[in-house]
Amino acid sequence: MSGNSALKRSRVRSAWLFLAPMLVVLAMVAGWPLLRTIYFGFTDANLADLGAMKFIGWDNYLARYDGEWSGLLVDLLWWRSVSNTLWFTLFSVTIETILGFVVALVLNAEFPGRGFVRAAVLVPWAIPTIVSAKMWGWMLHDQFGVINDMLMRVGLIHAPIAWAANSETAMWTVVMVDVWKTTPFMALLILAGLQMLPGDIYEAARIDGINPVKVFFRVTLPLVRPALMVAIIFRALDAMRIFDLIYVLTSNSRDTASMSVYARQQLVDFQEVGIGSAASTLLFLVIGIVTVLAITLGKVRLTAEPA
Amino acid sequence: MAEVELKGIRKSFGKIETIHGVDLLIRDKEFVVFVGPSGCGKSTLLRLIAGLETISGGELTFDGVRVNEAAPKERGIAMVFQSYALYPHMTVYENMAFGLELSKAGKAEIDEKVRKAAAILELTPLLERLPKQLSGGQRQRVAIGRAIVREPRVFLFDEPLSNLDAALRVQTRIEIAKLHQDMGVTMIYVTHDQVEAMTLADKIVVLNAGVVEQAGSPLELYEHPANLFVAGFIGSPQMNFIDTEVQAAGSSSVTVTLPGGEAFTVPVDGTTARKGDRVKLGIRPEHLQVGTEADDGKLAGVIEVVENLGESHFIYLRTATGALVTIRANGISSLTAKTNLSVRIPPEACHVFNSDGNALRRLG
Repeated sequence: MSGNSALKRSRVRSAWLFLAPMLVVLAMVAGWPLLRTIYFGFTDANLADLGAMKFIGWDNYLARYDGEWSGLLVDLLWWRSVSNTLWFTLFSVTIETILGFVVALVLNAEFPGRGFVRAAVLVPWAIPTIVSAKMWGWMLHDQFGVINDMLMRVGLIHAPIAWAANSETAMWTVVMVDVWKTTPFMALLILAGLQMLPGDIYEAARIDGINPVKVFFRVTLPLVRPALMVAIIFRALDAMRIFDLIYVLTSNSRDTASMSVYARQQLVDFQEVGIGSAASTLLFLVIGIVTVLAITLGKVRLTAEPA
Repeated sequence: MAEVELKGIRKSFGKIETIHGVDLLIRDKEFVVFVGPSGCGKSTLLRLIAGLETISGGELTFDGVRVNEAAPKERGIAMVFQSYALYPHMTVYENMAFGLELSKAGKAEIDEKVRKAAAILELTPLLERLPKQLSGGQRQRVAIGRAIVREPRVFLFDEPLSNLDAALRVQTRIEIAKLHQDMGVTMIYVTHDQVEAMTLADKIVVLNAGVVEQAGSPLELYEHPANLFVAGFIGSPQMNFIDTEVQAAGSSSVTVTLPGGEAFTVPVDGTTARKGDRVKLGIRPEHLQVGTEADDGKLAGVIEVVENLGESHFIYLRTATGALVTIRANGISSLTAKTNLSVRIPPEACHVFNSDGNALRRLG
């Protein structure tokens, strides 16, 4: 036993040795900024003079001056950005998942030129977000946009619509552009899951004469579910941090402002590092809660199950 | 219950034809085994019958009705795959019931069928388990159970035993034979294992490069192989082939030269043979006789290796002409390598193949 435990000690030692560089780097690039942001959230720091900040406790979150509540938790704009973000996440991820699944099923079939199509489908994903946001911004422009022009020629609309500025269409516009951009990513993740499925069970299903729709819902979907859930959670986390697309397409419009846009506005435009940091901290908490909920409710196993 | 007939069945993948016109009649309740080396087209032929591949030419009928265009389900077949092809996320019960859910059968009827099949295959205690919790043999039985519950007209097996270990293979082979007796359905079975073919089949179909070399009962193939390929494929160890020349040929016998130079007369129909033809003399290892005085024909040579298997032994003999001849006999041999040996060739057990590889009809 003593030899055994000596071996174990040396293994534990080398494990820590190998882990140490990663832990140090993580602490520097993730841990420290996170802690500092949380700390800033409890100060009145201002971008103009960070040195003059002082600790003000929970005041950035909730405070009462002269009988009036103030702070993030009672800021309607903040809650608007939270609901914008969740709304955006729900719709974009749902549509991307459904379309991505369809694309993945098509790409999973054998047809000539499949390799080329697979590569072509990835193009929207490969374009930097800023570029595609600008591109769509122009295409959707109310005066010069090609989309308004086409819709008017076809006769679907009578007057140009300011897609990104109109409060009724702005959010849908953002969702649409995000779907265009991110569906290939979903499709690729789901395709990877589909390719893991054994082919013989589909032949068995054909022999049994089970109709393809039933095969999809009873065989394909349950088997690809683990890969699908991981893809959905990845996308949802990504969607909740959405910033660049919304900022470029619709600027600081309150109809579309996400939590990240709100935090940036406080931090940079208003120079309120304290409030911006508090908002970032809340953003972090919201994402954390949603992730935990998704993993628990979706019964997702993030580790591979032992064979 | 169905009679399956293949008329000039062809299959091409792109420009490459892999099945070159197969004609075959499979009688109702017959157990037919397709056997052949890998790549001979036996699995493709089975998949054509199943409806998993489309037929490029010819006609396939079930009970006289053309089924070329029918979907697998309409043909009324069930198939057991080499890889079992079980649904990994469904329990044994669900795996067997899944194919029945679409039919009009009620829940109670499905339940009855599944439990009956499970009882036959001794799967009852395993019904709630997932495939990954089963051994290879159990998975194989589930795959068979899934086929049974469908009550097919024709049962198809695609190398069902090749993933099992030797002991389990023998046991499952017996179970399949018993299943055939009890169910009385037409079964078509693909294997590359000639022991499975010999033991299970009513009729063996030997395939080679997309062509039927011979179809017949196991003993017919063993005793009257139509050509060199079948003669070499059926029987283990392989039949010995000795290159020789015809000295004289008649309607009831052919006389050839043995490696030792002696004339040797074999009772086969030699009407198509001519003096001077290059032929092959075929003799199975188990028919060569060690220690018998030979006055009709003998082979002499030096023993290279003796393999004692306990219940039988193999002797590998190098003849004067350099050919290696295998001899198989019962019991344990006391012979040793590098000694001379002469064995008797019984003429009535010999085969003669002409230069095209076709057998001259045996009369013995």
